[in-house]
Amino acid sequence: MTSPAAATADYLDQRTGIGGAVKEFARKVFPDHWSFLLGEIALYSFVTLLISGTFLTMFFVPSMTEVTYHGPWASLQGTRMSEAFASTLRLSFEVRGGLLMRQVHHWAALIFMASIVTHMMRVFFTGAFRKPRELNWVVGFTLLLLGLAAGFSGYSLPDDVLSGNGLRISDGVLRAVPIIGTYGSYFLFGGEFPGEALIPRLFTVHILLVPGLILALVGLHLFMVVLAKHTQYPGSGRSDRNVVGFPLFPVYVAKAGGFFFMVFGVIALMAATMQINPVWNYGPYDPSPVSAGSQPDWYMLFLDGALRLMPGGAEFVVGGFTVPLNILIPAMVVPGVLFGVLATYPFIEAYATGDRREHHVLDRPRNRPFRTALGVSLLVAFFVLVLAGSNDLIATHFHLSINDITWVLRFALFLAPAAAFVVTKRMCLALQRRDRELVLHGHEHATILRTQSGEYIEVHQPLNEHERWIRVQHDPIRPLQVAPAQDSRGVRRKGYAADVRRAKLSRLFYADRVEPVTPAELAAAHSHGEHDALPGATAQHELVPGGHGALVADEDGH
Amino acid sequence: MSWFAAHRHDRRAPLFLLLLALLTTGGVYALLVPPTASAASTTSTDEISAGQKLFTANCATCHGPGATGTAAAPSLVGVGAAAVDFQVGTGRMPAQMSGPQVQVKPVQFDADQIAQLAAYVASLGPGPSIPTAEQVDPAKGDPATGMALFRTNCAQCHNAVGAGGSLSQGKFAPNLWQTTPTHLYEAMLTGPQSMPVFNQATLTSEEKRDIIAFVTKQGGEQPGGLSLGSLGPVSEGLWAWVIGLGALLGAAVWIGAKSS
Repeated sequence: MTSPAAATADYLDQRTGIGGAVKEFARKVFPDHWSFLLGEIALYSFVTLLISGTFLTMFFVPSMTEVTYHGPWASLQGTRMSEAFASTLRLSFEVRGGLLMRQVHHWAALIFMASIVTHMMRVFFTGAFRKPRELNWVVGFTLLLLGLAAGFSGYSLPDDVLSGNGLRISDGVLRAVPIIGTYGSYFLFGGEFPGEALIPRLFTVHILLVPGLILALVGLHLFMVVLAKHTQYPGSGRSDRNVVGFPLFPVYVAKAGGFFFMVFGVIALMAATMQINPVWNYGPYDPSPVSAGSQPDWYMLFLDGALRLMPGGAEFVVGGFTVPLNILIPAMVVPGVLFGVLATYPFIEAYATGDRREHHVLDRPRNRPFRTALGVSLLVAFFVLVLAGSNDLIATHFHLSINDITWVLRFALFLAPAAAFVVTKRMCLALQRRDRELVLHGHEHATILRTQSGEYIEVHQPLNEHERWIRVQHDPIRPLQVAPAQDSRGVRRKGYAADVRRAKLSRLFYADRVEPVTPAELAAAHSHGEHDALPGATAQHELVPGGHGALVADEDGH
Repeated sequence: MSWFAAHRHDRRAPLFLLLLALLTTGGVYALLVPPTASAASTTSTDEISAGQKLFTANCATCHGPGATGTAAAPSLVGVGAAAVDFQVGTGRMPAQMSGPQVQVKPVQFDADQIAQLAAYVASLGPGPSIPTAEQVDPAKGDPATGMALFRTNCAQCHNAVGAGGSLSQGKFAPNLWQTTPTHLYEAMLTGPQSMPVFNQATLTSEEKRDIIAFVTKQGGEQPGGLSLGSLGPVSEGLWAWVIGLGALLGAAVWIGAKSS
């Protein structure tokens, strides 16, 4: 007799042939590392968003019909408000568990965006976006944008003063676009701002369009992970041709299943103990009041910060048309640069590297100083803008002048990322030198030996082969060399100028570098003292300018 | 009556009628308008002279003898008892140091001394007087009207629920949750420092009381758990990263750690 579970499985298998897929999938090997769970936090907070959001749709009324409030919240008694706002209040105060669900939904949204950003940082700094995963990086990037769209549309739904102010700013940004701005605004709001069409429209976007797209792209994202296999951190026994880890079943099924409940639990705990978006404090939307401390949720704060930093005077009139650079630069150029760099980075780096191999072993961030420094400087710029968006709270909480903060941050926006770039790059190079030092000389051992002849020797303990492998396994990437401008018969080569440009970019990425220890150097180091005579092992030779024996840009340009 | 009838054609009659009309208008006006602008007629001269002594010892350095003002501080003639009760009663005056804004510090005088100072300053010229307990009773106000008024008049600087906010050049609008109803009323009436004056034409006494009813309900327990300072999305975002993502990263590290 078979057990009921086996009978059920057999029933399904006979009708769907699912057994083969389950077998294949359950045996799929995944490498193990805590940082591979960051994307899972995003996935599980998205599931939490779907569950809590479904509950909220049962009670929320997406309508801008004006009603008079009669409910338990005394401070709004008899106030005229939209039905959207009134139903949010009813949901919060009169529906059992409603406020908890609203808070679960909002906290989950903040954590969803935070985990997406953290996951993206992990992928960026470890080079997991390299071939064959560039397209999956683009899918992930699109998910980030959709997350922003979901957050923004949901934030505006309760129709309170705070979210209305956010909408007013978006309307202003839209209107700032030359020529089509005003038309766009009237199209979006169905007439003059705020109109009566927006809340139902945002509702459709928020509960149907954006989550549908996110679901589809999450599916694609995971499918592509399975297709290309998961990346793994460098280590002995791991290469670009294998995957070292545990099978999905039972280890990861148990871990991932448990992790879902932890994510849900943390979000629920926050929702049960910490208030979020108390719309009853802000009141129903009315275009006239703007209260102090009006800010968007954290993931939009950098845009608010950019607007706050931009001097107001940068606006001029050309032939009767206003060109509001004071809005266009912070609200269009700044996010354009940030998102543009993020979206295209895998392709820029592949172009600068001239590398067409597949990569399944991750980079240690120190081994790619330019990339790591660029990532850190982007984060610093983002953080400066977030601080700028919080300038009023910094002023009140640290007893500073808001004008001084704004001026300091205006300079910091340019200087801090540059400083962060230089410092990070130097730190990466220093860490690589430290790795070389360890590989060549081993760990310091705090033991001094005196030989019979009276000579003192400090004993270093050599690294074991696992430790050593991690420090020497990576390929040195050298700047691309340009093939001569003329071919062997003295004819000018097509695409030479493009090659020169590419080589320049490549030098920017890879001119400063520390080469990993070669087997020859290691052998020399082990036969005591002789390694100093070898080229490439001395401190002066560690920074190889220009790159000898470098890769040559592909023959016909690119 | 016959005397009036006999003299009604007297050439001084129009003058008399004019005086009568002025007296009636003034009298009716004085009866209808709340007595915020009345001079401190009830205070005793002892109180005023005690206040003057305190003033000379503690305030005259900046405000000048006779409170007519100096380059360092404004004249106090006509600011009324309400301004003194607010400034001294909240510990702002006497000022400890110059700066963008006078800071709150422990109150320097007891209630009697504050009353004496107020009486002295009020005696210098008519100004707003200290509101009665009934005028500031939060229980008698309507918090819903108060919230509507607060949103249009106060929230721009003091934040939606009075948590405070930043102004230019290091000045700030303070948090209102610990301020007594009387001081709230006096602040609206006298407009201390950067704050505008909300006189009877802008906000009536009842409306001020409604605002007090709204403000005094804020800052305590809020629905939904810890209020995180009622500062809005910035503090929410901070805690989402610190607590939420902090805990989840900890969990991820724990799950990812090798069991061996």
